[in-house]
Amino acid sequence: MTELSIQLVNLFASFLLMLAFAMLAQRRVLTLINLYSLQGLTVVAATTVVAHMTHQEHLYYSAVLTLILKVFLIPWILHRLVKRLNVRWDVETLINIPSTMLVGIVLVVFAFNLALPISRLSSSVVPGTLGIALACVLLSFMMMIMRTKALPQVIGFLAMENALFFAATSATYGMPMVVELGIALDVLVGVFILGVFLFQIREQFESLDISHLESLRED
Amino acid sequence: MLNMMAIDWVLWIIGAWIALGLLGIIALHKFALVARVFFPLGAVGGLILAYAAAQALVSGRVESKQLALGLPSLPFHLRLDALSAFFLVIIGLASFGISLFAAGYFRNGEGTAPGLLCLEFHFFLASMALVLLADDAYAFMVAWESMALTSYFLVTANHRLPKIRAAGFLYLLIAHIGAIAILLCFGVLQANTGDYTFANMRAQNLSTFWASAAFLLAIFGFGAKAGILPLHIWLPEAHPAAPSPVSALMSGVMLKMAIYGLLRVCFDLLHLHIWWWGVLMLALGLITAIFGVVFAAVQVEMKRLLAYSSIENIGLLFAAMGLGLLFRSYGMNALAALALTACLYHVAGHAFFKSLLFLTTGSVLHATGERNLGRLGGLIRFMPWVAWLALIGVLASSGLPPFSGFVSEWLLLQSFLFTPGLPQPFLNMLIPIATASIALTAALAGYAMVKFFGVIFLGQPREEKLSQAHDAGKFEKIGMGWLAILSIGLGVAPNWVLHLIDPVTKGLVGEGIARNASANGWWLVTPTSIARASYGPLYFLFGVMAACAVAFVLVRLFYHARLRRSAPWGGGHSWRNSRMQDTAEGYGQPIRQIFEPFFHLERHLPKPEDTEPEYSVAVSDKFWEGIYMPIARATEYVSVKVGRLQQGRISIYLLYSFITLLVILLLVPTARR
Amino acid sequence: MTFTRALSQVISVVTPLALAPLLLGWVNQVRAWLSNRRGPGILQPYRMLHKLFNKDSVMADSASSLFRFAPYAIFGCMLLANAIIPTLSTDLPLASAADAIALVGLLALARVFISLAAMDIGTAFGTLGARREMLVGFLAEPALLTVLFSASLNGKSTALATIVEAVVHRDFAIYPSLVFAGMAFTLVYLAENSRVPVDNPSTHLELTMIHEAMILEYSGRHLALMEWAAALKLFAYSTLGIALFLPWGIGQRATPSSLLFSLPSLALKLVVIGAVLALVETFSAKLRIFRVPEFLATAFLLGVIGMLTHILLGA
Repeated sequence: MTELSIQLVNLFASFLLMLAFAMLAQRRVLTLINLYSLQGLTVVAATTVVAHMTHQEHLYYSAVLTLILKVFLIPWILHRLVKRLNVRWDVETLINIPSTMLVGIVLVVFAFNLALPISRLSSSVVPGTLGIALACVLLSFMMMIMRTKALPQVIGFLAMENALFFAATSATYGMPMVVELGIALDVLVGVFILGVFLFQIREQFESLDISHLESLRED
Repeated sequence: MLNMMAIDWVLWIIGAWIALGLLGIIALHKFALVARVFFPLGAVGGLILAYAAAQALVSGRVESKQLALGLPSLPFHLRLDALSAFFLVIIGLASFGISLFAAGYFRNGEGTAPGLLCLEFHFFLASMALVLLADDAYAFMVAWESMALTSYFLVTANHRLPKIRAAGFLYLLIAHIGAIAILLCFGVLQANTGDYTFANMRAQNLSTFWASAAFLLAIFGFGAKAGILPLHIWLPEAHPAAPSPVSALMSGVMLKMAIYGLLRVCFDLLHLHIWWWGVLMLALGLITAIFGVVFAAVQVEMKRLLAYSSIENIGLLFAAMGLGLLFRSYGMNALAALALTACLYHVAGHAFFKSLLFLTTGSVLHATGERNLGRLGGLIRFMPWVAWLALIGVLASSGLPPFSGFVSEWLLLQSFLFTPGLPQPFLNMLIPIATASIALTAALAGYAMVKFFGVIFLGQPREEKLSQAHDAGKFEKIGMGWLAILSIGLGVAPNWVLHLIDPVTKGLVGEGIARNASANGWWLVTPTSIARASYGPLYFLFGVMAACAVAFVLVRLFYHARLRRSAPWGGGHSWRNSRMQDTAEGYGQPIRQIFEPFFHLERHLPKPEDTEPEYSVAVSDKFWEGIYMPIARATEYVSVKVGRLQQGRISIYLLYSFITLLVILLLVPTARR
Repeated sequence: MTFTRALSQVISVVTPLALAPLLLGWVNQVRAWLSNRRGPGILQPYRMLHKLFNKDSVMADSASSLFRFAPYAIFGCMLLANAIIPTLSTDLPLASAADAIALVGLLALARVFISLAAMDIGTAFGTLGARREMLVGFLAEPALLTVLFSASLNGKSTALATIVEAVVHRDFAIYPSLVFAGMAFTLVYLAENSRVPVDNPSTHLELTMIHEAMILEYSGRHLALMEWAAALKLFAYSTLGIALFLPWGIGQRATPSSLLFSLPSLALKLVVIGAVLALVETFSAKLRIFRVPEFLATAFLLGVIGMLTHILLGA
């Protein structure tokens, strides 16, 4: 039974990695949001399996919380944002997508190597997932760097949080409940604030292209 | 006479080549004598050389000799072991085909006199063979330098064209910079004993630092000759400049001398093996391979395309060697043997198919006078022999079964798949990337080669005069046919070749794979075990042929097989001309777009108001702008500064001498103390 | 080699030959159903082959011998590819003749021949198709290799039969690396068989076609061979996918009865795969030609990540 659970966690970990790459390669904002909620769902599944495997009640709660927040609520908010801001166009990237993915591979190698000694020390039954979670964090970070529009950057930030959450559950069987609740609230508030910001940016520049923010002086 | 030692045979052949060259001087302008007699004689010499070396290889004897040549008390030490014998076999076999081709190829009154060409050509062959026999740094460097010089003269055979002189100069320059590095490398290897024989170098135990220094110098020196990034720039200039048999000899055989040198230094003279050497070599090789093949795919000049393809193949060889070093550094000798076998197999395969391809470009050049792909096309109709022989070379070069390129690629990939056994996790992570790049290189090589063959030989002739093209002559056909047979033979009978490679890897890393490989029958290659991997090229050949034949017979039997000829479909238009087909530029366009950061592109786009719109795109190497031009400018700057010292007035020069004298006199007392 | 072994080898060659057009017909039929058409029936490819074989072959004036030779070579390559892939049994006499790498080489050989044949006439369409085919090929081929390498790292062998047996014999387990490999394989499968996101098998719009552009100049029996070879290619890729990812139910001995027992499970899997393929094709739109490298680069990189995860997770 644990054998199967471990395999399942590994499987979800690689799903996460694949989703991270998919987000890196995705041009459309709406698909990006859907991928984000899919990522949330994978994290929920992984958390549930870990909870079942280690018999830790509180992980069930955090799974439910994640489900509500990251699979339904935040994607819904994002969808609304897209509709209200009318930003359905394709996302532009700074470098072309195959090169981005190549850099992504390098990051994965880097992350795997970084995580290898750490996961050897770890008491977790699924040591390999730490490397994958780290890779996902780095990939999401890179996605934030590579995009020129504000909304995909927000999604990149959220994806990074997902990856961190996964790292926490798989490597150390979750954080204390209080911390988790706090983070969840932070993320939610963060999304609201970012939404407000986006409106402000658009009103100011009539575009969400963050290159407009580069001129720091007021003219 | 017949029971001479193999090394004597080899020396006799070298002597014969030198003699043929000298005879060429005597018969300087007797074209028929030189072309129809001397070159075929040289070819026969090559065959004898190959046979003698193969005997030495199979018998496993190590023979050595001293020749009292050159400076007194500094004799040439010569030694024939498995490694040099293997490369001698390749020289012999390849030169047989190339010399025969050259017999029919060189025309009277082109640039250099025929007798002089004969001299340079045979001296070139002889010096390459001597490089392989050399057993001390002195003999090695003499042979190495005469190899560079003779090939320089061969490259500049058409020395009246300034472009060719420039290409030759670049080649000579880089060859010499490389030679200096090699000399320094030997200097490090002899470890201050003052004894420059290889036997002495073998006996030295260098510290990690000095061994690494020697390794880096070797990689630089031999890499310059082989055309490793970023020292590759002479290759795409020199190969197109040289006459085709010379390009064939340089690309097919001379580049391999650099591989030989590296193998000699890394596996024979150095005993220390450090893992990062392997990684460095592997990385250099892979980058070179991808770079070369991407550039090959966008070239519009046939010999440049092949030159870049040679760079790619050298990259693959470096990758295989690097992998071998890596395995060796962890003491996994059996796997090191596998990687080295892949390397040596590819050395042989590349020697034959690349020579073949260069020779076919020679035939095309003679028949049409064109080297630009944009002005060729449809030649399969006028030169069927050359076209079908070129097809064999193209398929071998693309690494397709059942030809020679595939076997080495297969062995290389197999050895890569064993790397999860390496004890270092970091290296394990890099391996998938290396494997994927090799796969990408192989596939891109197919792209470049399809372009090469398709644009030259298929489609409509792009120029009127092409329909006048004639097929190759008798000598040329035999020469190319020989190389084509070797390319096929290497592809379908790998186990025999592996038996020849076996003594070499046994000498280098103490293991061989041949016994294992043919354990399941001579027709099946199984590097380790049959459950792990196996490949039976003959099944392939017969399988495809049988399927073709059965399909053909069945179609004939059951259906009438009428064939009607008509004009091709013109998309609804009645007119159609040869300019509508894809050009070489067009064929390379996807690659240009995908790998844009690789290139330095210069596009000229037509404007709407142009009466004669012209579109052109020129692709060049970023290394020119990035590395070589700054160096050249810096050199120029320094020489201008130094030039100020030269005023041209005698009294100033005398002043310089006087000051120097004073300074030395000042220094004398300090030196005595 | 006994008689039964030889017989089972023959069966495993003839089965793809006979069933390949049926698979193609099935895919086309499901596509028709999904777009609310009645469809020509799943036997249509046979009728088409019969018709084409009976017709005269019309060939361009300028066609060379290579052009006439190519259909047979391509057909032969595809047939051999089907013989190599463990379709019905993992224990066949010819199985040791080629491993996964050689299989990729064989498919590449066919690709080179079809591209060269397309360039032979020298029309704009032919050369365009050839260039695009090589463009697809040079990315799809390494992607396929990485997929096969992920599988062979799992099975510790590049011999296809050993890989399949390793999966069948082991206890059921989930291999994350195979998830990546499976995704990559799906993309390669679509691209290599000229399916919708990359190419459209039913298109005759010159600007978008790849495979059709290359065989534009073929007619009569030569075209029939080309079409049959294309069907065989689809069959080969489908059975390769089955062998790598869903091999359960394959026969493990080289006897005709064992082959016959594994036939129903193979047929079932093919029916499902064909239907899924039609579904994917119906739901996706064709990519712009310069999005195709991205599509295939994704496949390639997924394959590489598959190998990486194998090394990290050990499965």
